[in-house]
Amino acid sequence: MKLTGAEIVLRCLQEEGVDTVFGYPGGAVLHIYDALFNQDRVRHVLVRHEQGAIHAAEGYAQATGKVGVGLVTSGPGATNAVTGLATAHMDSVPMVVISGQVPTALIGNDAFQEADTVGITRPCTKHNFLVKDVAELATTLKKAFYIAASGRPGPVVVDIPKDVSAAECEFEYPEEVHLRSYNPTIKGHSGQIKKAVQLLRSAERPMVYTGGGVVLGDAAEELTELVRKFGFPITNTLMGLGGYPGDDPQFVGMLGMHGTYEANMGITHCDVLLAIGARFDDRVTGKIERFAPHAKIIHVDIDPSSISKNVEVDVPIVGHVQSVLADLNQVADKMGTGDPDRLQPWWEQINEWRGRDCLAYDRESRRIKPQYVLEKLYEVSGGNAIVTSDVGQHQMWAAQFYHFKRPRQWLNSGGLGTMGYGFPAALGAQMAYPDAAVVCVTGEGSIQMNIQELSTAKQYRLPVKILNLNNGYLGMVRQWQELFYDNRYAESYVDALPDFVALAEAYGFKGLRTDNPADVEGLLREGLAHDGLVFMDLIVDPEENVYPMVPAGAGLDEMVLV
Amino acid sequence: MRRVISVLLENEAGALSRVAGLFSARGYNIEGLSVAPTDDPEVSRMTIVTTGDEQIIEQIIKQLRKLIEVIRVTDLTEGVHVEREMVLLKLRAETGEDRAEIKRIADIYRSRIIDVTDASYTLEVTGDGQKVEALLELFDASQVVEVVRTGTIAIGRGAGGM
Ligand SMILES: Cc1ncc(C[n+]2csc(CCOP(=O)(O)OP(=O)(O)O)c2C)c(N)n1
Repeated sequence: MKLTGAEIVLRCLQEEGVDTVFGYPGGAVLHIYDALFNQDRVRHVLVRHEQGAIHAAEGYAQATGKVGVGLVTSGPGATNAVTGLATAHMDSVPMVVISGQVPTALIGNDAFQEADTVGITRPCTKHNFLVKDVAELATTLKKAFYIAASGRPGPVVVDIPKDVSAAECEFEYPEEVHLRSYNPTIKGHSGQIKKAVQLLRSAERPMVYTGGGVVLGDAAEELTELVRKFGFPITNTLMGLGGYPGDDPQFVGMLGMHGTYEANMGITHCDVLLAIGARFDDRVTGKIERFAPHAKIIHVDIDPSSISKNVEVDVPIVGHVQSVLADLNQVADKMGTGDPDRLQPWWEQINEWRGRDCLAYDRESRRIKPQYVLEKLYEVSGGNAIVTSDVGQHQMWAAQFYHFKRPRQWLNSGGLGTMGYGFPAALGAQMAYPDAAVVCVTGEGSIQMNIQELSTAKQYRLPVKILNLNNGYLGMVRQWQELFYDNRYAESYVDALPDFVALAEAYGFKGLRTDNPADVEGLLREGLAHDGLVFMDLIVDPEENVYPMVPAGAGLDEMVLV
Repeated sequence: MRRVISVLLENEAGALSRVAGLFSARGYNIEGLSVAPTDDPEVSRMTIVTTGDEQIIEQIIKQLRKLIEVIRVTDLTEGVHVEREMVLLKLRAETGEDRAEIKRIADIYRSRIIDVTDASYTLEVTGDGQKVEALLELFDASQVVEVVRTGTIAIGRGAGGM
């Protein structure tokens, strides 16, 4: 039986096991929306802005590990999706975004709502396709899902002209696709793995540093086994939080620009550094010459181009982190993990650094300290909430004070740093886990970047808990201006804020507000216990700063402490 | 360091701009670029001449391999290889003296005259970069009407293919 291109799209989504698509309709995708209407296996979430659709799909993908799917129309629909694609690309989130395109005969003619979608999205996707023939549609979608989810994951755009979604063709979904030019390495080189274990078992001042790759590669279990086996200290990047239990004594906190004293000092003084699924990003390394200067570095990553890109490494291992970690565990069991006593002085040193209590803040203040709010959130939610964040100070405090216990519990835009990510991502995560507590930690600047999605939350009754750390400033910008621009707060004061409680109520949601530290815990309990969406507007100390802080261009050991 | 990198890639719309886009996005140099289909019409060969230190060249090669449509990448400069470039050179040739001189030079460089008018000669010359440069240096700007270069192509020596 022949199907139209639009019907083929839906059949492919069904074959891929896609249950949720986030999107927004328009002329070029009308056939596809019609096909969507005529089936009931794939549900569609109508957002209020295409950027929201892509972030929601991202949140869904990051929370579940499945491929997130977006659907947008041509021209402005596709250009609105670009920020989301770039965000997903930087954080290696598996996504397939289907965009409508003007009919093939009009491509290149500056037709109504035409944009060169494959041209625009080429640098911010893992790959993209323009489908010019309906006969190639099914195979192309199969390839898109395969590319998005395999190797180092990432977003893939499939651009479908309107006539292609109307044309008819026999439907057959390929069982698998083979691309001669794309074969990610899974298994790590056994010689390199032995070399790595040798280094690890003789290390006297070891550090383990892991990133988003461990979360994306579902390798938390293997990582935890390895780290416990060796008894090493471990630090995570912003994207890597949850890859190792944040409440474990071997965990020394996040590293990097706003990392802990113990993590950053540990990196600076270690003799062997095991980096896994991390990419030595500049926010992590600080001044590159001062990053782990005494260490032999082992680097495990699925992407060969991540290795020795920023920092020269001694033992590169290309492979899937889960597979490589399993092999490392196996070889370590055979070869032994070395004498545990040798680590004693190192742990003493680390504990001394810990004693510096670098995350301390004023607990006597009459103003609400944002750190306190996050500490209480951790307590009140039992450390079990799925937390998304936007970008700014609140993001760093969430990373520092919420001790993520498991992977996929912490969703945020680490690579691109996209304000506006947090709320739609929370909607996506809530779609995936309707019964979970999903908290969006945000600021009054960021939340307003995609606040229109309140309407989406209303339509789908998504009980997301918004925690707005309202400092009245674009706080992270203000902090830099205070520290590096002599207190000249150029355009970082968010004047004319709406009454967020009234705004929430206008949508029929619950709104809560306080500026009193004594009320914080009660408010959080009330908010989290509510069975619908809550907007918790916490008026916090307007001039609190995030510390420790490694100034841009300085080394990790040159951080500013309070 | 100058490097000649040979790339086999799927002959698909967009593949060329992916490679070009990679170089511009990451700030790598392209000194020469030539592309054409191979004996297999589904595969194109691209020869890229670039410069950079060892670390940059390593990144360029890794980043090229990361592109989904790229099948194989080889740094030809690592082994023995042959380079060729073709140049079409249109020269002012109005006086008898000029015309004789150009013909002499063309002979020495084993270059062919492929177009003649009463005011110009067009030469075709093939060789490695050095030969081509040497020839071009013989003529001063006032004599040269136009220079068209293919950019370098290259192949490894020996019986094996890429
Ligand atoms: C889309 C976008 N625009 C600009 C920035 C630059 N930026 C980084 S943090 C920040 C301030 C965020 O303010 P707010 O959301 O109120 O959070 P706070 O830092 O006060 O916690 C800005 C403007 C960004 N990251 N993303």
